[in-house]
Amino acid sequence: MPNTNTTTVSTAGQPSRRNTELLLLAFAVILPCFAYANVGLALDGEMPSGMLGYGMGLGLLAGVGHLVVRKFAPYADPLLLPLATVLNGLGLVIIWRLDQSKRLQASKTFAPAATNQLLFSALGIALFVAVVIFLKDHRVLQRYTYISMAVALALLISPLFFPAKFGARIWITVPGLGSLQPGEFAKIVLAVFFAGYLMVKRDALALASRRFMGMYLPRGRDLGPILAVWAFSILVLVFETDLGTSLLFFGMFIVMLYVATERTSWIVFGLLMSAAGAVGVASFETHVQQRVQAWLDPLGEFLMSKKGIGGHSEQSMQALWAFGSGGVSGTGWGQGNSDLIGFAANSDFILATVGEELGLAGLMAVVLIYGLIVERGVRTSLAARDPFGKLLAIGLAGAFAIQVFVVAGGVTGLIPLTGMTMPFMAQGGSSVIANWALIAILMKISDAARRPAPTPVSNPDAEMTQVVRP
Amino acid sequence: MNKPVRRIAIFCGLLVLALMIRGNWLQFVKADELKNDKNNMRVNIARYSQPRGNIIVDGQEITGSKEVNGINYKYKRTYKNGEMWAPVTGYSSQVYKPTLLEGVEDKILTGDDDRLFFNRTIDMITGKGKKGGDVITTLNAKAQEAAFKGLGNKKGAVAAIDPRTGKILALASTPSYDPSRIAGANDGDAWTKLNDDKNKPMLNRALRETYPPGSTFKVVTAAAALENNLYKDVDEKTNSPKGWTLPDTRNLPLPNETTMPCDNVSMRAALQWSCNSVFGKISADLGNQKMIEQANKFGFNSDDLQIPVGVSKSVYPKDNRPQNAMAGIGQASNRATPLQMAMVAAAVANNGKLMEPYMVDKLRAPNLNVIETHQPKEMSRPLSPEHAQTLQSAMETVVEEGTGTSAKIDGVKVGGKTGTAQHGVDNSGNPYAWFLSYAKKGDGSPVAVAVVIEGSNTMRDDIAGGKLAAPIAKNVMEAVLNSSK
Repeated sequence: MPNTNTTTVSTAGQPSRRNTELLLLAFAVILPCFAYANVGLALDGEMPSGMLGYGMGLGLLAGVGHLVVRKFAPYADPLLLPLATVLNGLGLVIIWRLDQSKRLQASKTFAPAATNQLLFSALGIALFVAVVIFLKDHRVLQRYTYISMAVALALLISPLFFPAKFGARIWITVPGLGSLQPGEFAKIVLAVFFAGYLMVKRDALALASRRFMGMYLPRGRDLGPILAVWAFSILVLVFETDLGTSLLFFGMFIVMLYVATERTSWIVFGLLMSAAGAVGVASFETHVQQRVQAWLDPLGEFLMSKKGIGGHSEQSMQALWAFGSGGVSGTGWGQGNSDLIGFAANSDFILATVGEELGLAGLMAVVLIYGLIVERGVRTSLAARDPFGKLLAIGLAGAFAIQVFVVAGGVTGLIPLTGMTMPFMAQGGSSVIANWALIAILMKISDAARRPAPTPVSNPDAEMTQVVRP
Repeated sequence: MNKPVRRIAIFCGLLVLALMIRGNWLQFVKADELKNDKNNMRVNIARYSQPRGNIIVDGQEITGSKEVNGINYKYKRTYKNGEMWAPVTGYSSQVYKPTLLEGVEDKILTGDDDRLFFNRTIDMITGKGKKGGDVITTLNAKAQEAAFKGLGNKKGAVAAIDPRTGKILALASTPSYDPSRIAGANDGDAWTKLNDDKNKPMLNRALRETYPPGSTFKVVTAAAALENNLYKDVDEKTNSPKGWTLPDTRNLPLPNETTMPCDNVSMRAALQWSCNSVFGKISADLGNQKMIEQANKFGFNSDDLQIPVGVSKSVYPKDNRPQNAMAGIGQASNRATPLQMAMVAAAVANNGKLMEPYMVDKLRAPNLNVIETHQPKEMSRPLSPEHAQTLQSAMETVVEEGTGTSAKIDGVKVGGKTGTAQHGVDNSGNPYAWFLSYAKKGDGSPVAVAVVIEGSNTMRDDIAGGKLAAPIAKNVMEAVLNSSK
């Protein structure tokens, strides 16, 4: 019977599962290679010339990642690396496929993105490797609680000094390097801060409260941090007009707070406050109003912007058509027209290409892969032996889940569109790099959790005492 | 801390579930609706991703497809002799909704028709691209050419029918336009120009414009008189004295535009010289209801004539007595399309049997299998054969020695009726010159034609129809007669 007990220390030790990882990883590299060949055949009738380069590149990156994990985190979760690799690889293929679109090439802002994306993936895996090697024990991060806070603040405020792009002020531009989206990194740093802070304050937050109408109301002084985060996420929303990031931060904080205190009342508060904040901001922030408008009536917005009489986004409707036109089985790689969505086809709306060219089947698979990553994160949290690791893991997993939901929900029209990136798949350096780091931290925590406990120091008395078993 | 973590896990599971449900909703439940949304550009992209099937006249393609490899559309529609065929083909544009045959038979032409399913499946298995089917029309290229050339730079329309089957042989309308000019993705300027043109080149005058039929309507009135036994035949003297006044009016006479005698003449003579007083009185004597019934038998007041292109409704309305009397001579408020008047001539020529007009003979799959053949269908019997024949003899008199002599063809029996329809407030507009006719050989009549010409500035008498329109009708009839030899 396999050992299913993941919570208690066991000296038996769990199988490292590194070979499972290797097998899955091989699959995760081959799958995008086939996809790549498929796109080439569909578009030009021949195998794409760069296929070997991309295939080898992805294989090499995955291989290095695997070897480093084998050496430095042998007990890490075997699924996370292959799952991230397959998403990264499929994302590369879709970006390359959209690079070939004549329609996008005709636009003024067009620049091929696949090569850069491969480069960023390499950087991401490099960061992954660095974290796996140099982060000996994730509990070290606990020491940097307040530094993390300062860094997170700096990262979040920095875009204010740079011009807005596409209606949101979430980029910083480094001359010669291109633009960076600090919010993606802030996500991880903030999780570290929250985990460290809540570790210390959890008892005060959980126990010192008054009972009121069946709910535990927190004390004013404990309410401070939650109010601060709330205010902060609102400020991000107002000044950077970044609905997604503020939702992400707030959601992550609530999740971690709830896990730390085990009090449902915090969730109720959190929801009430976010609702109040959202309504408040939406009442005067036109950017948010436009997004909501585009969500409620995508076709109307489309027609208006087509005719040039107002209307702010024709992309929402284009994305819905992309999904609908894909149907159940999709048009096939390279044979859809999701590039009609325009410049954001390979970033915010990359999921629409999945939906159109791979159909409902492909979309479900991709959503499930994201779901699996989240599930492995939650499992890591369950297995973690220390509260800090638990909190950090659930924070990262929760943030990942919220981000996927917000982006995918926005693109499919389930919720208003917010303009975040689909982790690993979407074109964008910051996102790929930051999410590889996120996976690395999760794997380190899972490694610590699944590592066999050191064998108890042998008791010299043990040899003297004979235990007679029946 | 594990209990809240488990709850968070459930929450995350719900988020994923919500996304999956939404995905299924979009890509399964709503898929067809989104896919076929007219604003979804993919509909057009798919339409032009392969060459379109063709519209065929006399075995020759009058349409084509050109590979342009544009950003959105691979193929573009082309037209051969587009101006001449525009009232038949309509246009298929990469931007605008297709019209006429291009619109009605769009599914066949694109290959999307369900009846082509087998073809599509075979093509898919054998790796061939999707192909469109062809639309084989009933039109006669020679007749169409005669009609189009005859109209020349005048504004007007011609409709010609084979009375025996209802096959449409010619359908011309001028001024016209070349659909090739608006077929592409960037032809917005040409489109705007065509739409703003005050001469309305895109109006299909043969099918979609209704005119007061003028004196040509007297054929319908004569048919009503015979069918209702008001007069036994066309040679019976009619009880219609000189200076007949409109009913319910104080001495408002219905003037005749001819100097020939019209009092108490037979219907033959009245048709021959287009006597208003005779037919106005017939209409008044029969009454509005009987006139409507007769007009309806010829196809008036029908909303749903599809040939398979939709045809505008020709009307003979409910009206008061003086108006009804005027309607009997094709003035007042009755209106007809050129096709409708061709149907009137065709019914008379076909011994009283009106065949349903149609212009698509066959639909053909890309592999040349015929998937549909139109069977001629009887639409109604406006006249008994005897009455039809007596009316024919009167119409033939019109051409032999009446107002329609310019339509005479040597060696062929031709029947016809001229018309000059006044319109506008107090007849201020230029009158419409009408002519409807048929040619007859031993085995029946192979062609009936209606011609209308708008805006003849010079002539305001009944001869205008004979002078302007009749020669065109004659050329069209000759073209048909020569090609059926």
